[in-house]
Amino acid sequence: MAPILVLVVVLGAAGIWFVSAYNRLVGLKNQVANGWKQIDVQLKRRHDLIPNLVETVKGAMTFERGTLEAVIAARNQAIGVVRGGGGAAVPSAGEVRQLVAAENQLSGALGKLFAVVEAYPQLKATGNAAALQEELASTENKIAFARQLYNDQATSYNTAQQQFPTNMVAGMAGAAPAELWEITDAAEREVPKVNLAAT
Amino acid sequence: MSDGSDLFEQQRANRRGTRWLVLGFVLFFGWLGFGGDFVFHEMTRQAPAGDYHHVFPWCTIGMVIVSIAAVAYAWTTGPRKVLWSTGARRLEEPSTPEEKQLANVVEEMAIASGLPVPEVYLVGDPDPNAFATGWSEEASAIVVTEGLLRICSRDELQAVIGHEMGHIKNLDVRMMTLLAALVGAVALIHDGASRILSNGSDTSLLSTSRSSSSSSRSSDEKGGGVGVIVVIVAALWILSFLFAPLITRLMALAVSRKREFLADAMSAQFTRNPGALAHALEKIDDADAPTVSIRGAVAHLCIADPLGRPVNGRRGFFADIFGTHPPIEERVERLREMAYEGGPAAQPAPAG
Repeated sequence: MAPILVLVVVLGAAGIWFVSAYNRLVGLKNQVANGWKQIDVQLKRRHDLIPNLVETVKGAMTFERGTLEAVIAARNQAIGVVRGGGGAAVPSAGEVRQLVAAENQLSGALGKLFAVVEAYPQLKATGNAAALQEELASTENKIAFARQLYNDQATSYNTAQQQFPTNMVAGMAGAAPAELWEITDAAEREVPKVNLAAT
Repeated sequence: MSDGSDLFEQQRANRRGTRWLVLGFVLFFGWLGFGGDFVFHEMTRQAPAGDYHHVFPWCTIGMVIVSIAAVAYAWTTGPRKVLWSTGARRLEEPSTPEEKQLANVVEEMAIASGLPVPEVYLVGDPDPNAFATGWSEEASAIVVTEGLLRICSRDELQAVIGHEMGHIKNLDVRMMTLLAALVGAVALIHDGASRILSNGSDTSLLSTSRSSSSSSRSSDEKGGGVGVIVVIVAALWILSFLFAPLITRLMALAVSRKREFLADAMSAQFTRNPGALAHALEKIDDADAPTVSIRGAVAHLCIADPLGRPVNGRRGFFADIFGTHPPIEERVERLREMAYEGGPAAQPAPAG
């Protein structure tokens, strides 16, 4: 009688643990999917701000056509990257890398533009430009924080999948490792060269 | 990176603490009521058969109802009352670049912490300070003084807001707002009751207890013993009644110090910039003047002690019990360690 009782208790406890581990993985997975969507929201905001920025600086920066055009081209390319079908899906590794490449390129082009704007004092004098600068700085911060949060959540998710004993449940929960937002191209790690010798 | 266990532990502790606080509050008032019932019971026990015998515990039930009403009132109006008591105004449409920056910084920290954007309020006080209030992640508010906006750089403001978002994420705001609201409610009840007691002193308790003890003395010996018990219980009851506000305040203090350290750590986690919070705290500490808009009960909700009390500058066992905030130098030390900046006086705060 007693051994059967012990077996029942053990099986019951194992069952409860199984359910909680499964649910925890599902919860983490949904957090990761949500974090990814948050990044998208901020990226779209940046895409929408760029035409405004270009209009504001275009008149004053007649010799910087190349820089402006690079920004517009990078923006169009970034918008063109195909996003996932939505829903509660964790982005695939390929999707993440593609988006990372396009958005990092846009960030680079914008960085060069900001550095160049510093050389045009008449731009900074107008109140409009100061407000726009705050908006852009805030947008870059928001994108950075959204990426940071996504990476933190993806790391928690990945860690939970790898840790024992939850890793035994991971397969059944349909959990796959999430791709972090990383700098994959070594060239992008280089500090951008800013030429201050311009007029 | 993120020590999830600290966060979950703190959230659970806060939920538990809030439940215990409500229970303790109601039970305490029930005990006060019971004291009254016991006194009345003893007084009327000796009365002749036809007169009123106090058997049914009216006082206990009455006090329990009063305390439940106080808790319900505090629960529904707590955050509004806290905001109202500081004279804060809501920042709906930012009108100055500073306000726009504040709105942006709050949004940024909401993203970094994974929470919805809280309401933002401003207090027109030149002394730099900030606090958060609310019930949950979805229904919270952050309040900032104009002095803080003026003194802090963008990064430092971000760090302070990150600290407040930490309090919201922890559910510290629920516990602390309830405490602030209950302290206010107890003070009101105490004031009201003191007025009743002092007005009724000619006709009420004291004279009837005198007459009952004299009547019990005139009967057998047993009656004398009961008279003494009645007086003792009445004295205890009155003492605990007088101390109710003090006890509530002590409870408010006991919960605050560890939370501040955790909120500091969460700010560092959100901004990845612990040095910014260290500099912000030093600037706030240097400003030194008390924040007059933020009064006693709300003090333990703030990032730095608005009343500038000396106990918050000390360490040690006594200060840990009675201080609402850890000493700023200890907080700065811990933050500097996180930033690998070394000892306390390692670097002067940068300008702007």
